[in-house]
Amino acid sequence: MANGFTSILTKGDELLVSAMEHHSNIVPWQMLCERTGAILKVIPMNHEGELLIEEYTKLLSGNTKLVVCNHVSNALGTINPIESIISLAHEVGAAVLIDGAQAAPHIKIDVQKLNVDFYTVSAHKICGPTGVGMLFGKEEWLTKLPPYQGGGEMIAEVTFEKTTYAELPHKFEAGTPNICGGIAFGAALDYMNSVGFEAIAGYEKELLEYATKKLLAIEGLRIYGTSEHKTPVISFNIEGIHPYDIGTILDKLGIAVRTGHHCAQPVMDYFKIPGTVRASFSFYNTREEVDILVEGVKKAKQMLS
Amino acid sequence: MKIEEIQDEIVEEFSMFDDWMQRYEYMIELGKSLPLIEEQYKTEDNIIKGCQSKVWVHAELKGDKLIFTADSDAIITKGIIAILIRAFSNQKPMDIIEANTDFIDKIGLKEHLSPTRANGLVSMIKQLKLYAVAYQTQLN
Repeated sequence: MANGFTSILTKGDELLVSAMEHHSNIVPWQMLCERTGAILKVIPMNHEGELLIEEYTKLLSGNTKLVVCNHVSNALGTINPIESIISLAHEVGAAVLIDGAQAAPHIKIDVQKLNVDFYTVSAHKICGPTGVGMLFGKEEWLTKLPPYQGGGEMIAEVTFEKTTYAELPHKFEAGTPNICGGIAFGAALDYMNSVGFEAIAGYEKELLEYATKKLLAIEGLRIYGTSEHKTPVISFNIEGIHPYDIGTILDKLGIAVRTGHHCAQPVMDYFKIPGTVRASFSFYNTREEVDILVEGVKKAKQMLS
Repeated sequence: MKIEEIQDEIVEEFSMFDDWMQRYEYMIELGKSLPLIEEQYKTEDNIIKGCQSKVWVHAELKGDKLIFTADSDAIITKGIIAILIRAFSNQKPMDIIEANTDFIDKIGLKEHLSPTRANGLVSMIKQLKLYAVAYQTQLN
């Protein structure tokens, strides 16, 4: 996408990203700004880990060409109000790209209703294989964007004088596609739909509430990302203990958590912490597993204090 | 004591524990006895690259022996660097350079660390040896 926008943005154009992006939704845009002279601006957040929509509104102007934001923060679990983000951007004529990597496994996504210009999903976050993902784009935008890779299968006609490109979506699919990945991704989506996103969201909400309550009962434990609108992700630290230490002990207890900056260093800088311990739940997790986690965290705290 | 003797001693201590939990608890204890680096040496230059948590190491020559001090913001990491410093500090640079580091495997430390922490451990050993090389050059 960032490559595609190279031919659309010019010097002085503005691109907004949120303060809670994964590095993968920051770095390509910074590189785009370096190539084009466009300016990157940041939509700030508050201590609950929620974007400040008023500030966002102030940042929007006729110069804003693109707004990029995640649907759900991987580091905090916040579900961002993308409906407002999209409609406000459209008022100034800016396009919106939503990174849905963390939302897709938890929330039913309706790109038509959202009226979003671009929406991306990674297959491996939604029970699918690695190395494949999905980009939704409005036809008018995809027509405007040039091919980002040249090769076989993406052409209409090739002569040494000039090449014309194939119709959508083929102009973006140079070479032999990841066929196996595509089929497996399809099977994963069928499976997720058969479980049902309403059922998933309802179950996960209960699990999140249960885990939040039990973890907060541990003295000294602080949760980062305390918005009311969250997917079942709990990013936390215990006062005076390094997240890696907790992660190491939990790992030895057979509990899988992620520790570190979660590829979202600006979020860690905002909270002035080196990282967090992050427990991510899904529809296949149980209350018993939450109990095991809580006992593990208590054990780690006791060992490390 | 020679490096090898200290290493044997550490291996023996760790062999007394039945499970990894006790080993970790011991490592955490060792972390608390780490000869701490002076605040003034906690600089970017003294941070060991390749560690997920911050680890600072300082080396100083006293007579013909190299003294290491260190610190880390994570306590298990502190334990790891404490084990290494116990083995290598207060030794002649040449002995540090030539020292075998098999004792790490004998403790079973690496297999109990996450891949990133195991990489960090290798970086720590490398850094201690690099200090030894640098000071050996001075002595020559």
